[in-house]
Amino acid sequence: MKSVVKQERMALSGDEAVAYAVKQSDVDVVAAYPITPQTIIVERFSEYVANGEVQTEFVCTESEHSALTACLAASVTGARAFTATASAGLALMHEMLFVTSGCRAPVVMAIANRALSAPLNIHGDHSDSMAQRDSGWIQLYAENAQEVYDSIIQAFRIAEDINVLLPVMVGLDGFTLSHTLENVDTLPDEVVKQFIGSRKFPNVLTHEGKMAPFKLDPDNPMTMGPIALPNYYFEFKRQQEEAMKNALSIIKQVNSEYAKISGRSYGNGLIEPYCLEEAEVAAVCLGSTAGTMKTVVDELRAKGVKAGLLRLRTFRPLPVEDLRSALCNVKAVAVMDKCMSFGGNGGPVYHEIRHVLYDADVRPYVVNYIYGLGGRDSTGTAKYLRGSPADSSGKAC
Amino acid sequence: MEMAKQEWKFTTKDIAEKPDLFLSGHRACAGCVPTTVLRLIMKALRGPTIVTQATGCMEVVSSIYPYTSWAVPWLHTAFETAAANASGIEAALKALKRKGRLKHEHVDVIAIAGDGGTYDIGFQALSGAVERGHDFLFVLYDNEAYMNTGIQRSGGTPKGAATTTSPAGTAIPGKLEYKKPIADIMVAHEIPYVATASPYYWRDLLEKVRKGLEVEGPAFLHVLAPCPRGWRSDQAKSIEYSRLAVETCVFPLWEAVNGQYQLSVASKLIALAPQKKRPVTDYLQGQGRFRHLFSPQNKHLLEDFQRITDERWRRLLAKCGVSAKP
Ligand SMILES: Cc1ncc(C[n+]2csc(CCOP(=O)(O)OP(=O)(O)O)c2C)c(N)n1
Ligand code: SF4
Ligand SMILES: [Mg+2]
Repeated sequence: MKSVVKQERMALSGDEAVAYAVKQSDVDVVAAYPITPQTIIVERFSEYVANGEVQTEFVCTESEHSALTACLAASVTGARAFTATASAGLALMHEMLFVTSGCRAPVVMAIANRALSAPLNIHGDHSDSMAQRDSGWIQLYAENAQEVYDSIIQAFRIAEDINVLLPVMVGLDGFTLSHTLENVDTLPDEVVKQFIGSRKFPNVLTHEGKMAPFKLDPDNPMTMGPIALPNYYFEFKRQQEEAMKNALSIIKQVNSEYAKISGRSYGNGLIEPYCLEEAEVAAVCLGSTAGTMKTVVDELRAKGVKAGLLRLRTFRPLPVEDLRSALCNVKAVAVMDKCMSFGGNGGPVYHEIRHVLYDADVRPYVVNYIYGLGGRDSTGTAKYLRGSPADSSGKAC
Repeated sequence: MEMAKQEWKFTTKDIAEKPDLFLSGHRACAGCVPTTVLRLIMKALRGPTIVTQATGCMEVVSSIYPYTSWAVPWLHTAFETAAANASGIEAALKALKRKGRLKHEHVDVIAIAGDGGTYDIGFQALSGAVERGHDFLFVLYDNEAYMNTGIQRSGGTPKGAATTTSPAGTAIPGKLEYKKPIADIMVAHEIPYVATASPYYWRDLLEKVRKGLEVEGPAFLHVLAPCPRGWRSDQAKSIEYSRLAVETCVFPLWEAVNGQYQLSVASKLIALAPQKKRPVTDYLQGQGRFRHLFSPQNKHLLEDFQRITDERWRRLLAKCGVSAKP
């Protein structure tokens, strides 16, 4: 039985926490391109490389498109690969996100969430990663720098699990997390290394009729990234979807195993309820906003309002059952989106929550708030819970 | 760097005996030279090799799941990514070797792309990868248009050629722009090895592949690869066109070792005996994509084709230190 290990408390920004976690994760290839507010990640990591603190091959590519491509290619060659980006950089990767998940390359990527142009804006919102919702990547959103650190380490375990073999994005809110210094408890190098383990490869049938590890290996030639016609394409996609479903239990398992060595867990790994039991009104949000919201919930509780919060940590795969059972007894739910779905019926998180609750025996009222676009402050969050569910319809705050 | 004297020899017997690593059964058109080029390249390997390829005809005809023509590990990711794939593969091999996790002493990396995946959409990734100095060989099989999507013009399409996006119309007679001098642009990247090749001169091609693999750092090989479908030419004459392109100096054969240009034998013979240089019309005739150039009102275009060919040939001779003879 593993037990909680002694940890070192460091003062790290979210970006630095990412770089430090990557340093400890025995990553073989980091390929990346700078963009605010992610840049500190690659800068810190470059320092580790320059000072000989890691054995990683660092590829400073000429674009994010090539950064992700290089990670994907490294990954299928058998390496553990990492990249980081934000906003325009993630948008530029769009094409390759699908190729990465389709090739079942367990690349891990940090996203310092930032608004999309135009107008140009470097501050935090979720438009960048929400636009990649259907790219076949697992999406985790962290609440603070500690969780950023923990999630990056967990992400390698989740991605590389042979029942998953899917890429993972870890979202950290631009500036709010990426640039804010916090206390972060860090595990010893050896513990992290052991927790993640070495890369595993499922054995697959090659065209030579041999069973061989799923990677590019001159001893066992394999054709990767082929063309598949309608007879087979759908089979590939179906398998990807099954892997996503498998990820639900793997994320939970990794969350609880990690708790054993670190003493930290994030709900069940998928959702984190806060004062939700017997709550009458609840908010749903992602990322750092949950920190603010927990304070709001405490204040409301002190005033006798039965308020609660559900933080959605894993947006993809969507933990449908967990969400439904956590929210079905609440009278009203306020869903907070830091992203606009232009011309749609509310933001992307709202779509999911409302959809999940449609099948509940008694459906709560569900309202949507679009907030904090382009980094607009969200201190007035309390009113999301106070407003009567019927009178608010997603107006900008 | 010393590039002379290779111990290897590619004799006809060697080549015939060496097992194919690019296998038959692919779906290319009859008379497709790009597939011939792939087969030849795979005969020149020196050891464990990973091949990566851009989207295009050669990828599509060779990897229709669950079939494959590749007897080596092979990766395709997208159209513009051949060089980025190679960067990632090479970086992975380096890291795994450093950590003692690579089974092989060395693994060669070859990236293959068509003209679209090289001159145009893949150029940024290529330029970046060679600037970073990754150790890989990039092979451009140049069939001078986007064939996979139905013969659209590329930066490698010669001036005057009719394609489906530069048709020979009544107002505009085919492509208006000259072929981009891609191999010279690669030399300008100051990489250790750049060469041109044509499969009619197959031994020259094999030797250049091998040199490109042996050199440390990036190498670039530009192979002209006639496509009867897109060139509207006789399927039986594809290899003949790959010879005529050289004999007319439309596509001279040379290599630049550490930036030092030198003519390869076939082109050197023409430089030494200029009377052997054939007129471009010998090459253009019979190719449907140039048919309109032979109508009287387009005489000036034909002359311009000869002019740019001569001018580029003169410049090449100067770079090779050969004085141009009339
Ligand atoms: C980003 C992107 N744009 C466009 C395409 C469509 N496309 C696929 S192959 C191709 C042309 C390939 O041309 P080339 O590189 O010359 O190879 P060829 O087919 O001629 O052998 C195009 C335009 C694509 N696959 N990806
Ligand atoms: S279209 Fe041209 S390049 Fe493509 S398979 Fe046919 S002959 Fe070969
Ligand atoms: Mg082409």
